[in-house]
Amino acid sequence: MRVAIVDYHAGNLASVSKAFDRLGARTIVTSEPEVTAAADKIVLPGVGHFAATRALEDCGLRSVICNSIEAGVPFLGICVGMQWLLCSSEEAPGRSGLGLWAGECSRFPASVRCPHVGWNSLHISSSDSRLLRGIGSGAYVYFTHSYRVPLLAATVAECYYGGAFSAAVEQQNLYGVQFHPEKSGDVGLRVLENFLAC
Amino acid sequence: MLTKRIIACLDVDGGRVVKGTRFVELRDAGDPAELARAHASGGADEVVLLDITATHERRATLLKTVEHTARELFIPFTVGGGVRTLRDAAAIFEAGADKVSINSAAIADPSLITSIAHRFGSQAVIVAIDARRGEKGVEAWSAGGRVPSGRSAVEWAREAEARGAGEILVTAIDRDGTGEGFDCELTHAMSQAVNIPVIASGGAGCADHFVEVFRQGAADAALAASLFHFGLSSITELKRQLMGAGISVRFAC
Repeated sequence: MRVAIVDYHAGNLASVSKAFDRLGARTIVTSEPEVTAAADKIVLPGVGHFAATRALEDCGLRSVICNSIEAGVPFLGICVGMQWLLCSSEEAPGRSGLGLWAGECSRFPASVRCPHVGWNSLHISSSDSRLLRGIGSGAYVYFTHSYRVPLLAATVAECYYGGAFSAAVEQQNLYGVQFHPEKSGDVGLRVLENFLAC
Repeated sequence: MLTKRIIACLDVDGGRVVKGTRFVELRDAGDPAELARAHASGGADEVVLLDITATHERRATLLKTVEHTARELFIPFTVGGGVRTLRDAAAIFEAGADKVSINSAAIADPSLITSIAHRFGSQAVIVAIDARRGEKGVEAWSAGGRVPSGRSAVEWAREAEARGAGEILVTAIDRDGTGEGFDCELTHAMSQAVNIPVIASGGAGCADHFVEVFRQGAADAALAASLFHFGLSSITELKRQLMGAGISVRFAC
């Protein structure tokens, strides 16, 4: 099994690949459409700006990822990688995401500090989530983001900060987390392990 | 609920963890990678590695230490000290850090904040401000607390936020290593001035000091080094006391 960690030049992927290494997964960090297309699983990390997802189009990765998702390849989007599954984000007006789910990512309200940085609790709303198997509601994970995904039909865990938002989404072979599993200690490693088993 | 973070800081000199008082009088405290792992399993929410005698020649040693420390660390990991250019920052990220902390170089050239934030995201940039009270109010100092910048610490925090900093780390120089407690007044002023998270540092000596800095200081996170290294308290025990005081903290399950 080979896990492609997609590098679209939006920041630092070392942590994500290190966490998968620790779990014994065979990973490859790549920007190549061919390598991504041949992977058994795809991970789209994301630290940075929604606009950076433009690079996915420029190097032909958008259509490759779309095709793999359609073919049933398990896909995990992390942070901006999850936000990209929606139609758009207030962070980059005019830049379109994959649009697999209707909705737009919005900025946190002015009533709370932004970015939302730190350990916040998961409120797991679906007991049969594959991604969150073995993780109890109330478990803490590490977030760092200024924009959030609204609650969707696919939401399996919510988080509260300036209102409720999607902390994890899951639908068939599509998985997304707003938090950083690679930085969330044992809970985060369990999420990645669960994804490897999907 | 978003918890208050407890951050363990490792002051590193030539590949070893050291600890001083008011930025001097260094004592050896162990291996960085080992201590970082121990802190992570002991309940720390983040680890900061600070290269306190950063010199050009020692850069390679630091990067090796960062790489070694990052390998087995699955909580947020920040590296600071001697980050002068975008290139320095890039090398640190490549070695496995999640955030860099910049201080003197940002005072000398504030556009450094923006260039790192632009390339790696604001979440990856902490602006560290070493503050000291003087006749003209609280001033930011550079070069490890040796040179007054002539700038108000609070004004500087505001500017850092506007330029793209993701967090502010404020250290009260005169409390550093003393165990006398955080400077809550300073922390509160910082916290009021910006809308990004504020990490308080300098002076932690007991659990009550953390309660004070979260309550009176309105800090989002608190950092300590010597308190944890010399076993004055375990982080889990500290968190138990914080929870008892009604402060929301994370316990690993």
